Amino acid sequence: MSKKIVIVDYQLSNLFSVKQAFYFLGYNALISSSPEDLKNADFAILPGVGAFADAMKNLNDLGLVDGIKDFINAGKPFMGVCLGQQLILSRSEEFENTKGLELVKGVVKKFPFQKIGNRNFKVPQIQWNKICEPTQGKWINSPLSRCNANGYLYFVHSYYTELENKQDVLASTSYGNLTYCSSILQNNIFTTQFHPEKSGLLGLDIYKNWLKD
Amino acid sequence: MDVGGNFVESEKLKTIRIIPRLDIKGPNLVKGIHLEGLRVLGKPEDFAQYYFENGADELFYQDVVASLYERNSLGEIITATAKKSFIPLTVGGGIRTVDDIKNVLRAGADKVSVNTAAIKSPDFIKEASRKFGSSTIVVTIEAIKQPGGKYLAFVDNGREHTGVEVFEWAKKVQNLGAGEILITAVDKEGGGLGFDVELTKTISMSVEIPVIAHGGAGKLEHITEVINEGMADAVTVASMFHYDFIANVQSNMDSRTEGNVNFLQSGRINFGKIQPHNILQLKEYLKSHNINCRN
Repeated sequence: MSKKIVIVDYQLSNLFSVKQAFYFLGYNALISSSPEDLKNADFAILPGVGAFADAMKNLNDLGLVDGIKDFINAGKPFMGVCLGQQLILSRSEEFENTKGLELVKGVVKKFPFQKIGNRNFKVPQIQWNKICEPTQGKWINSPLSRCNANGYLYFVHSYYTELENKQDVLASTSYGNLTYCSSILQNNIFTTQFHPEKSGLLGLDIYKNWLKD
Repeated sequence: MDVGGNFVESEKLKTIRIIPRLDIKGPNLVKGIHLEGLRVLGKPEDFAQYYFENGADELFYQDVVASLYERNSLGEIITATAKKSFIPLTVGGGIRTVDDIKNVLRAGADKVSVNTAAIKSPDFIKEASRKFGSSTIVVTIEAIKQPGGKYLAFVDNGREHTGVEVFEWAKKVQNLGAGEILITAVDKEGGGLGFDVELTKTISMSVEIPVIAHGGAGKLEHITEVINEGMADAVTVASMFHYDFIANVQSNMDSRTEGNVNFLQSGRINFGKIQPHNILQLKEYLKSHNINCRN
């Protein structure tokens, strides 16, 4: 109960639901834009929806780029959600090329509109979808250890992440004929493209599992 | 890129969302026919909790009197729901400004639905989607078929004519940055005689953003029809689920203090053309018809 959790607020999106999810699990997470609060936290979470370039600009303006890097270099658990998974990569192709936090090597790309048979896979993808374990045993000792291939999680995004190193991919998901990275694990960095706070009890359990020491 | 993992074909199926729609007036859940003649059904929070536990994919709240007062008054109901239902919540009714959106999101909604403000000032869609992200902005289109076959958009629960042709409007809202379109067939709404499949299909095929069908679910076949033939990406259902809740769960008597409560007090509940079903029953039915949905 004494765990200090900071929800990084770069003043673009609504963080109420993330805070509410932690509250439901018994934690009073702090929503903050202050690098100082981040430094003092035990766990940090970078959520968000919206535009990549605007998010990077706000992170820079608020001094949070260095704050996040210092937090990760200190070896503490860091989690990105949705846009948070995208921001940690090298760059995004949204609008024009924008540099990301460069913590994990990879690129953010736009979904193509796909027509397959009589179904249109529209953009944004707004639906419940499944996650797949890339190689057996990959999820052991990860925050996804209690997940399986049958559970549905809530996704809403127009851009997806493509990683340079396959070993950083913790889970993959298919949308039409495209299979993409839906979760990343690299040392103390864990991210999900889906929204655990909007994925029912299954999603809440992923947060719970991540908080476990 | 090969990210690994063995997906079987069935997992590449698109997943259709089932969204209980709750029309709210003051503190009460209400239901009308063709968006008019509202009857009080009970407390929205009770219904929402039941739907969350039954596997609803999202919830949709519409403040049905908001446009009358030009404000959305669902703040407390939104917050109460967001504390217990960890699924997406869309809120519509009376959303006129960026501040209105901010207030509704701050109360706990994930998305907002706009209609009147978008028609009066299409640039509002652009402004809102830029500020909050496209995926936060749902545009509702209330369509009424005119003699001669043309569909025109209406506002204020199908009362006010706008002269806007719906298919052109759908493409325009996409280009302005809307993340989704909710299409209401006003003449079908509350009737229980099926969706306007042709309308839904034409809209869904003319845009690349998801389209939610609204208005007309009376039996399970109507829902498979609007998904398979109408190409709906998601479906809202109201009476079918509400009547199941009333028949099987008993709604809270305390909330029936305002508005037209004759329907509940009569003790003689006639659901008309609408067959009550819960979400689990609907999803089992969809799966048995090869429609993929979250279980």
